[in-house]
Amino acid sequence: MWRWGSGMSISQHSGPPKVSLIYDPKVRSIAYQVILCAIIIFLAYSAVRNAIDNLARAHIASGFGFWNQTAGFDISQTLISYTAQGGTYGRAFWIGLLNTLLVAAIGIVLATIVGFLVGIARLSKNFLLARLSAGYVEMIRNVPLLLQLLFWYNAVLKALPDLRDSWSLPGSIYLNNRGFFAPYPIFSSGTELVVAAFVVGVIGALAFGIWARKRQEQTGQQSPVALVSLGLIVGLPIIAFFAAGMPATLEFPEKGRFNIRGGLEILPELVALVIGLTLYTGAFIAEVVRAGIMAVSKGQTEAAGALGLRTGPTLKLVVIPQAMRVIIPPLTNQYLNLTKNSSLAVFVGYPDLVQIFTGTVLNQTGQAVEVVTITMAVYLTISLLTSMTMNWYNSRIALVER
Amino acid sequence: MSIATQDDLNVPDARYVRVAPVEALPPPVAARGVVGWVRANLFSSPANIFLTLLTAALIIWIVPPVIEFVFTHAVWSGSDREACLPTADRPEVGACWAFVRDRFSYFIYGSYPIPERWRVNIFFAMLAVGIVWMLRLEAPRRDLGALYFFVIVPIVSYILLTGWEAIGLRRVDTSLWGGVLVTIVVSWVGIVFSLPIGILLALGRRSTMPAVKLLSVIFIEFVRGVPLITVLFMASVMLPLFVPDAYSPDKLLRALIGIAMFASAYMAEVVRAGLQAMPKGQYEGAMAVGLGYWQMMYLIILPQALKITIPNIVNTYIGLFKDTTLVVIVGIFDFLHTVEVSRIDPKWAAPTTSATGYVFAAIFYFIFCFSMSRYAKSVEARLGKADRR
Repeated sequence: MWRWGSGMSISQHSGPPKVSLIYDPKVRSIAYQVILCAIIIFLAYSAVRNAIDNLARAHIASGFGFWNQTAGFDISQTLISYTAQGGTYGRAFWIGLLNTLLVAAIGIVLATIVGFLVGIARLSKNFLLARLSAGYVEMIRNVPLLLQLLFWYNAVLKALPDLRDSWSLPGSIYLNNRGFFAPYPIFSSGTELVVAAFVVGVIGALAFGIWARKRQEQTGQQSPVALVSLGLIVGLPIIAFFAAGMPATLEFPEKGRFNIRGGLEILPELVALVIGLTLYTGAFIAEVVRAGIMAVSKGQTEAAGALGLRTGPTLKLVVIPQAMRVIIPPLTNQYLNLTKNSSLAVFVGYPDLVQIFTGTVLNQTGQAVEVVTITMAVYLTISLLTSMTMNWYNSRIALVER
Repeated sequence: MSIATQDDLNVPDARYVRVAPVEALPPPVAARGVVGWVRANLFSSPANIFLTLLTAALIIWIVPPVIEFVFTHAVWSGSDREACLPTADRPEVGACWAFVRDRFSYFIYGSYPIPERWRVNIFFAMLAVGIVWMLRLEAPRRDLGALYFFVIVPIVSYILLTGWEAIGLRRVDTSLWGGVLVTIVVSWVGIVFSLPIGILLALGRRSTMPAVKLLSVIFIEFVRGVPLITVLFMASVMLPLFVPDAYSPDKLLRALIGIAMFASAYMAEVVRAGLQAMPKGQYEGAMAVGLGYWQMMYLIILPQALKITIPNIVNTYIGLFKDTTLVVIVGIFDFLHTVEVSRIDPKWAAPTTSATGYVFAAIFYFIFCFSMSRYAKSVEARLGKADRR
């Protein structure tokens, strides 16, 4: 402590005035951290102790031994082969993970399309279109996703006609309360050529894009990148397809009296989940897109006009590149939200990771700690990978200032 | 420009020369009034005409069936499913509002004992007073309001809702709670706990102490990286393992813990954004006048930072309110779950019962969330006004 009364003696002391250790900020900070860590360690320790006691009392095994045990339950949609007798819990986990990724991938593509269309429509000068888009966004954003999923599943898809009165669309597409049935291509030998052509096309398009950009930077001349890419990516595989003698045939679903055989069967649960996730996330993406476009100041458009650019090039070269910088980070957030929200699949019975693993496997094995930890680890990994990619991207496109 | 008069020109007979400016003509009929507006906003170009027609077709496709379902073909009264079944002289049946009327008190109170429901009503009223007090920025003594909302109401309503034999309130087990009551309790507990915990976490994340910072970051990123369902699963199946058997929390409490954890992590990021928006001079100024860390935060930084984050805080609350529907996964009868249970009740099994229940629930959630988002917008506009001066 330092008092005015002792002011005279300061000059005799050298170095900082003596303070009690309690008032030393460094000592305090270390003490706080030690206390905090001690509390956390104590809590963790007692939690583990209690868990061991409780598990022993309930005769529940611990460890990951269950991974290779036979699962013995059926799964309605499997992207890799699986049987109730032969499948293990580990295999069930992979199936659940793949189903989650499938629904997330479809949802992300569709929600992006819906979101961009609606977001741009909401900024349209057309009064009716702008109002309708605003109404859609407000309506969807203010109603819980779970309610929307249940509505699509129970009130819409379950209310479709049954198998006998299926709605049939041209091209052997059937829609009924058991799902959505469509023709499915079956590939025979020669398909490899088409795949190879596709790969070559993609590589070619990328190479052409890089070359065109270099050329523009050096000479200022532009090349038709979009057309050439389209030709390479779509045209080349089509040519290869015919050159290989059309190695694919369509298998059409056949409607019997009691079921539909063959073709592609899409579960109503998947349809409900995709519709719900797409419309819900689409509304949020629309807001992200709108905010991004509005963030580009009007002066940019006017300056482009003053330079003689028409509407199309103005959008492509001036507005969109700047808007994307604002749009991408929150857009990725929405993609992550969609992936996490796909766990609501459990409420409509779509066999995703949570439904299979945290639901059925947890119920059968009772190993709550392991199962919930694995599930959380999966989602955490997806989140962390995405945000790492995001940070890398952000640092790449960030405005370089001074 | 000056106007030449007859005298300047010295041509006395020049009758064609105007001496006063002509009144401007009104814009053509096609460019003013309703017609002009329609031409400018709906039919300005071929693409625009196409969009208008497309949108109009979409609206005509959607709106009349919805109105028919909700109003004109709806069944307003009846005592069981018979009322809502399609008959020969009424093939099209719309919403079965009779079902909602019949189940209305169940939707609100769940299975809360009927003679005790006045307690729930008092709880709603107390909460409403607190919400109005907190939300009106110009209300008197908002510091008292905060005390009332964050301390008094929680204690009183806990006693009121669960019961206390000593003062003559019968105990009501939480497994009997349901409907709007549970939805409100869950979201309100989330709101009350998430803000203070979120503030602490946000401060922890910006702390200079490495251990505090690391723990805050781990908690926030962990919770934000996983879906709410898994947090609820953790609270419901793992939490009971981690505490001694005697203290095992009941189902509702587990869900509340899960929701509070989840909301806190999101709130922490919202508050952190507000803290980051504070200019450094505010921190330095506070330190220069000799304030300690907590004084600086309490008196200088947080009042400003929280004020600019109000819109984002309210948006987080909207998300929280919608997320409360997920507590059904741990077996709690929140509002949506009471609708879900009622809709499959054989007494009311009719083709449109499900849709009616969902529409009713959607209206309920929409009213709450939409008014919250309007509130956030108005606060944003008000704060923006102060900035624009």
